[in-house]
Amino acid sequence: MPAILDARGLCKTFGAVTAANEVSAAIERDSVVGLIGTNGAGKTTFINMITGYIKPDRGSIAYEGRDITALPPRDITRLGICRSFQIPQLYRSLSVFDNMMVGLGIVLRNAGVAGFFSLRDGPVPGYGKSAPEVAEHLLERFGLADYRNRDAQVLPGGARKLLDIALTMVAKPRILLLDEPTSGVSAEEKFGIMQMVLEAVRAEGATVLFVEHDMEIVSRFAQRVLAFYDGRIIADAAPQAALGDPEVQRYVAGTRA
Amino acid sequence: MLLAAGPFIPQWAIFIITIAFAKGLVALGLMLLLRAGLISFGQALYYCLGAYAAGALGRFMGISDVLAQMLAGALVAGFAAFILGFLLAKYRGIFFGLLSLALSMILYGLLVKNEALGSTDGFNILPSTLFGVRPGPEWVRYAVLASAAIVSLLLALAVHRYLATPLGRLAPAIKDNEIRVEYMGASARRAVHVKYVIAAVLAGVGGALAATTVGHIDPEMAFWTTSGEFIFITILAGTGSVVAPFAGALIYGVIHTTAYDLSPNTWQMSLGLALLLIIVFLPEGLWSMFRRRYARHP
Repeated sequence: MPAILDARGLCKTFGAVTAANEVSAAIERDSVVGLIGTNGAGKTTFINMITGYIKPDRGSIAYEGRDITALPPRDITRLGICRSFQIPQLYRSLSVFDNMMVGLGIVLRNAGVAGFFSLRDGPVPGYGKSAPEVAEHLLERFGLADYRNRDAQVLPGGARKLLDIALTMVAKPRILLLDEPTSGVSAEEKFGIMQMVLEAVRAEGATVLFVEHDMEIVSRFAQRVLAFYDGRIIADAAPQAALGDPEVQRYVAGTRA
Repeated sequence: MLLAAGPFIPQWAIFIITIAFAKGLVALGLMLLLRAGLISFGQALYYCLGAYAAGALGRFMGISDVLAQMLAGALVAGFAAFILGFLLAKYRGIFFGLLSLALSMILYGLLVKNEALGSTDGFNILPSTLFGVRPGPEWVRYAVLASAAIVSLLLALAVHRYLATPLGRLAPAIKDNEIRVEYMGASARRAVHVKYVIAAVLAGVGGALAATTVGHIDPEMAFWTTSGEFIFITILAGTGSVVAPFAGALIYGVIHTTAYDLSPNTWQMSLGLALLLIIVFLPEGLWSMFRRRYARHP
């Protein structure tokens, strides 16, 4: 099966710090991949390079055979690679519904179906429904319908995380990168949130890469694990094999695995 | 309504109302920027450019048509903003504000030094005409007011429509979280650039209108106190609706005139007091009074 995303030989240094050292990984379509590693191991740098926020010093990234290494974040988003954030990045003064509508507006505009002279906004690409309908649909899916009219800045932690991820879905991503989707969420809520997110995301048909520190979540939800240490991938295997790897146990999972 | 009532409005009131349209247009542009979290301390740049474009049309080409003047103001201001926008759209917050202030003071400096454009004295504008017709003395002000009202209405409607487009709706999102905007596939810088040009076009039309209404222009129109006046009006009005800036400009005109009449030496104090009261009691501007009322009965 051809890879939807193919990163080859990515290198990146920040001064004396090596954030990526010959990182290569091919991601298969429709897979769910967990990225693990201690803080500073290079997981977020990997995500930042894929989404165009950081340009690698060397190496290339191909998406469906197309080189995207030099593209800025907004162009990569338009191609269908979207990301969520470790710290939710919301439009805090807007309501939950309006947060979604801003995102949907961008999608409509990029598709050329909404603008100054269009009498009626066209359907949202990939959903075939109007923007308000898609917003309601996604809020429902992510369990946010009850928060619809609340300002983003007053949401509880779990809902902020969910809204952050729901916002990525407006563009109907082909690849979704989730940066610590369960950080800042209480232990009881973690599994529920991850379950809900993956169900919602998979229902829309996206390939998922997620960064996670909780090994139970990783072993339960990931089909494949990339373990990072010191800017390198030290293990690339199915969860059980990866988490059982002695190097991973020593450098990443500690005594927990 | 205003057009029908026009002939019965006393001349001095026509003057105040027309100037309110001119300044309201500038404030409308500032409102667009303010919604995106940007304050321009130099909008007088485009107000002055619009006025001098209108003036130059008469001085060098003998054209004194009100609509042509406004068009010239819009084009010159819009073009200048398009060029300067490449620089300004990169900046936010205090840097955006002070850079815009600096640019307006550069224009002030240039005009003061320019003998051909009358230096500090400026020059007089030809008496206004409309579609090649020169209305009688008692009708000139009315004709200008009517043109101002119609042009302002059309521009306000256009801005209203713009605010409902995806790009227009992006304003609060840019104010809140620019990173997210980029990661959702839009360019915040480009959106700011577009808003900056629209604001300049509105200010240019306002400047041309003020020029033809007053009949005289001078570099003072680019001075920072003029920019301050526009910010005053924008904050007084609030950003709730495209009607607010015009209402704000009219109220400003009335307060200004009344305060000046009552006490010519301390009118600034009265204005300052008015702004203080607004900021303390209605931080979202006068327009928020209306919105609150509607919000209670959705």
